[in-house]
Amino acid sequence: MAAEGGEATEDLIEILEASPTPIDLARYVNHVRDPAAGAIATFEGTTRDTFEGKRVLELRYEAYVPMALRRLRAICSAARAAWPLRRLAVAHRLGTVPVGEASVFTAASAVHRADALEACRFLIDEVKASVPIWKKEVYANGEVWKENREFLQRRNALASSSCCCATKVVMDDDAAADAAAVTAADDGGSGADKEEFPAV
Amino acid sequence: MRDLNITSVIPPFQERGRLRPWQKNPKMQKTSDMAEMEVGPLIQVKVLFFARARELTGLTDISLLMPPRSTARDCMSKLLNKFPKLEEIYNSMVVALNEEYAPESTVLRNSDELAIIPPISGG
Repeated sequence: MAAEGGEATEDLIEILEASPTPIDLARYVNHVRDPAAGAIATFEGTTRDTFEGKRVLELRYEAYVPMALRRLRAICSAARAAWPLRRLAVAHRLGTVPVGEASVFTAASAVHRADALEACRFLIDEVKASVPIWKKEVYANGEVWKENREFLQRRNALASSSCCCATKVVMDDDAAADAAAVTAADDGGSGADKEEFPAV
Repeated sequence: MRDLNITSVIPPFQERGRLRPWQKNPKMQKTSDMAEMEVGPLIQVKVLFFARARELTGLTDISLLMPPRSTARDCMSKLLNKFPKLEEIYNSMVVALNEEYAPESTVLRNSDELAIIPPISGG
């Protein structure tokens, strides 16, 4: 297990090495439980058995662990900057995650439920957009590396020198399509820097 | 007979054409590689491959020697030459330098760690 403490050990961030053991959800809920908190909001991402009509057997996860921990710490800091929160917890499982089991779990506690719910949503959205973790979807007749839409929309900001958290980047689907067209044209010889594409 | 006490040996007339620059101009400093004198030593960069990038290269990592002041993009170009299959993800990947996302124009330094980040899919 690779872990990062948050500010004054308020936040629990863990990337769980491959193991048949499911995520211990109670561990993270208990970490964010706080006498001052009126609300605990959680999100559990689970492996589903179908994708575009194809039967999914399992998901396999891998990560660039040191950078993923760094990104998770930055995401928790960004959440704290945006909402008044008590405690946060994020756990991501690596290796094989069978159908029905959790691959990722986020939890946030706050005095009021709106802050907890929004921060919890922010945590999972940011995991999807910027944390270097990859999953392979395994079918009966093949397997494919998945690509998060949130990352594809965010990648121009990631490749620039500006902050890569959602609070400073908003891209709609049209802008993302334009961005994809621009970066597809930048094929290594034109000299156009990817960071010159305006980070909205 | 040559006087062995002289400090510079002047080759016979017919070999003058083979003089190196510093022999023609004694004031010029001799170096083993005149080009490197202005630029500096090569830098070593470690590149990490993840997910699809690892499958396409067959490697988890590689060490590259690059000219000084090379950029991440220079490194990517070299990798594409070495592993043409990386073309598949070349336009969708991003790079990380020392565990932080970085623009491809970033100048590399010795013992930097570059990571090839194909489109992510956590969560």
